[in-house]
Amino acid sequence: MEQRLEGILNNYLQNEGNVISILQDIENEFGYLPEDAISWISDRLDVPPARFYGIATFYSQFHLKPRGKHCITACTGTACHVKGSEWLISSLTSELHLLPDEDTTEDRKFTVEKVNCLGACSIAPVVVIDKEVYGKMSSDRLMKLVKKLEKKESEKEKA
Amino acid sequence: MPGDITINICMGTGGIAAGGEAVMSAFEDALASADIAASVKKHCAAHKVGCRGFCARDVLVDVIENGGKHTYEYIKPDMVKRIVEEHLAGGQPVQEWLVKEDYHTFHGKQVRAVLADCGEMDPEDIEAYAGRGGYEAALKSLTSLAPTDIIEELKRSGLRGRGGAGFPTGLKWEMARNEPGDTKYIICNADEGDPGAFMDRSLVEGNPHAVIEGMLIGAYAIGAQRGYVYIRAEYPLAVQRLTIALGQARERGFLGRNIQNTGFDFDIKVKLGAGAFVCGEETALIASIEGNRGMPRAKPPFPAQKGLWGKPTVINNVETLANVPYIMRKGSGWFAGFGTEKSKGTKVFALTGKIRNSGLIEVPFGISLREIIFDIGGGIEGDRKLKAVQTGGPSGGCIPASLMETSVDYESLASAGSIVGSGGMVVLDETDCMVNVAKYFLEFTKSESCGKCIPCRVGTMRLLEILTRITSGKGRPGDVELLQELSEDIKMTSLCGLGQTAPNPVLSTIRYFKDEYDAHIIERRCPAGVCKSFIAFTVLEEFCKGCMACVRVCPSGAIVGEKKKPHRIVQDVCIKCGACFATCKFQAVRKRAVYGEIHTR
Ligand SMILES: Cc1cc2nc3c(=O)[nH]c(=O)nc-3n(C[C@H](O)[C@H](O)[C@H](O)COP(=O)(O)O)c2cc1C
Ligand code: FES
Repeated sequence: MEQRLEGILNNYLQNEGNVISILQDIENEFGYLPEDAISWISDRLDVPPARFYGIATFYSQFHLKPRGKHCITACTGTACHVKGSEWLISSLTSELHLLPDEDTTEDRKFTVEKVNCLGACSIAPVVVIDKEVYGKMSSDRLMKLVKKLEKKESEKEKA
Repeated sequence: MPGDITINICMGTGGIAAGGEAVMSAFEDALASADIAASVKKHCAAHKVGCRGFCARDVLVDVIENGGKHTYEYIKPDMVKRIVEEHLAGGQPVQEWLVKEDYHTFHGKQVRAVLADCGEMDPEDIEAYAGRGGYEAALKSLTSLAPTDIIEELKRSGLRGRGGAGFPTGLKWEMARNEPGDTKYIICNADEGDPGAFMDRSLVEGNPHAVIEGMLIGAYAIGAQRGYVYIRAEYPLAVQRLTIALGQARERGFLGRNIQNTGFDFDIKVKLGAGAFVCGEETALIASIEGNRGMPRAKPPFPAQKGLWGKPTVINNVETLANVPYIMRKGSGWFAGFGTEKSKGTKVFALTGKIRNSGLIEVPFGISLREIIFDIGGGIEGDRKLKAVQTGGPSGGCIPASLMETSVDYESLASAGSIVGSGGMVVLDETDCMVNVAKYFLEFTKSESCGKCIPCRVGTMRLLEILTRITSGKGRPGDVELLQELSEDIKMTSLCGLGQTAPNPVLSTIRYFKDEYDAHIIERRCPAGVCKSFIAFTVLEEFCKGCMACVRVCPSGAIVGEKKKPHRIVQDVCIKCGACFATCKFQAVRKRAVYGEIHTR
């Protein structure tokens, strides 16, 4: 980890970055913001950790907990909302047995995320599964896709 | 001897989601295949282009030869071979896949001014932009115009900011120019946080050079040496195309030191947003670029006086800046020829929701809502009835069907209780619940409120609580009045635009749809059949074939029944997600009201 952080630090020093850009780099590198990484950077830059956490909790892009292996992002923008994204999300959370304020399954296989608008509103409702954009999503199609992923995962486990 | 044939394939975010990349490579493969004569190959070139607006029909493909254009819609990779063989090689367009009449009516009332080059050229190729007159305006401005000439020309054009507030751009630039000091900045606001809006994304993806050229002209006019584009990280394709364009502009000497040998230095940096709506507000955006929590501060001083790092700073929206090169090239008279007395030019809108032809449109100010929705948009999906149009996103309001003659300009929309805003236009029909829409926006503003000032932080929370109570069947008499009173207080006392406008969706829905609030509070029913507390799903036995399709999709295991026998929904387990309702092919799953009636199937 230290080596990877060293690289991020160098990049910061060379490109006159700021606290946000360091955190963006850490998030890209690890998929979330590990506590150790923040302590390390905070020591090296002599900036209090509170400053990092202040930023990390303000912007929705940062995560303090590890994310699931598969990321399902449902758009909750206005266009997607009126086309039923709320219903899609309740079927997702129910299928994956997520509690109301949870976003990642216990086995860290799935993360369900909401986003305000992906800018693809003409094909609403939009769901992104592992970076692939699906437009005009319906709850039955979504359930089929998720169940397929779950099956793949459980088969992998058996093998 | 065949003429040159250009094939333009739509590859905006919409086009790519519909499979644009696969279509592109299918064309490349088909053109490389041995069956096609070399004489044809030599004259065909496939290009990717940005969004041309009609994303619902993607993948759209233009075939242009001898000035004539044929457009195909809904193209899939397996259809490409036939197009290449019959049309490109054989000269016979594949009639059944060509766009129909409604594609042309969609474009009929539109005016392409700022979107003129969007969707017509490869956005990753500076030569394509230069070939269409790009960078001429910047060259002319830097070599033969004084900064004040540019500002005067902009003032004459009547261009107003497209980011929401509609402040005259020429005046803003003049303010920044007249501030003392050598260090100044220009920032392009590409944060586009309004949900349901994608004008800026499409512009940056479809024509990034116009934004860069606009910034260059602006920098010269106000005397800035440094520019920033603050862009959402949720728009990876736009970021990528912008970065490519910046590199090309540097190579061609339109950015960097001594631009085009004029002695003027200017360069642009890209800053990625980190997912906070309030960062679209100019003072919050500046705080974010400086590496802080994006919290707004009181104005004045305005950014034009004290902005980034305390220096005079101009912040303009993407569309505002993209208009600048066209105005400087074609003249303020050309621009002012569109629009109304006080709202000049054209505006790009994202037309979405329950509309048949959803997409990106550009219209002159002064067009009526009816023309947009029925002539361009082709009316409501599924021939349902129009209920309202939501404009301006979370800061805007809902305009009811009875006011469709309203002219679309800054003043008229404001007097109807809404705003032009950044250009989101969400069409709502009879199956949309207006109280739910208001609650939706308050959920949004509540979670995006930065928390700095109390009216916004606590006020939006309380508004949301009341709306949640109403939509979950616990509304009380007097709630509507309470909402109105609280809304007025929040508007009056909030620090920034977010809080000052957050109550607008509540106020405008109460103004026009008070009967729906009353239905929820007094009759305990949701007329549109949206609010979950007021509806239930049941299976009609005589329609159910026992096909198990609903059982398979039900995420909560609420549906019981065996094959070939009627199923049943266990109400206590049902989470009302509607998956069965959407799946059933026999219309056996019905949505019904717990009390009274709703009007859906
Ligand atoms: C909460 C809030 C969010 C905003 N979001 C945006 C935005 O996403 N894009 C934008 O261009 N302007 C946004 N604005 C408006 C900007 O503060 C600013 O007025 C605008 O960028 C100025 O550019 P213009 O004069 O070209 O319109 C927002 C304002 C508020 C109060
Ligand atoms: S509202 Fe979902 S993509 Fe815009």
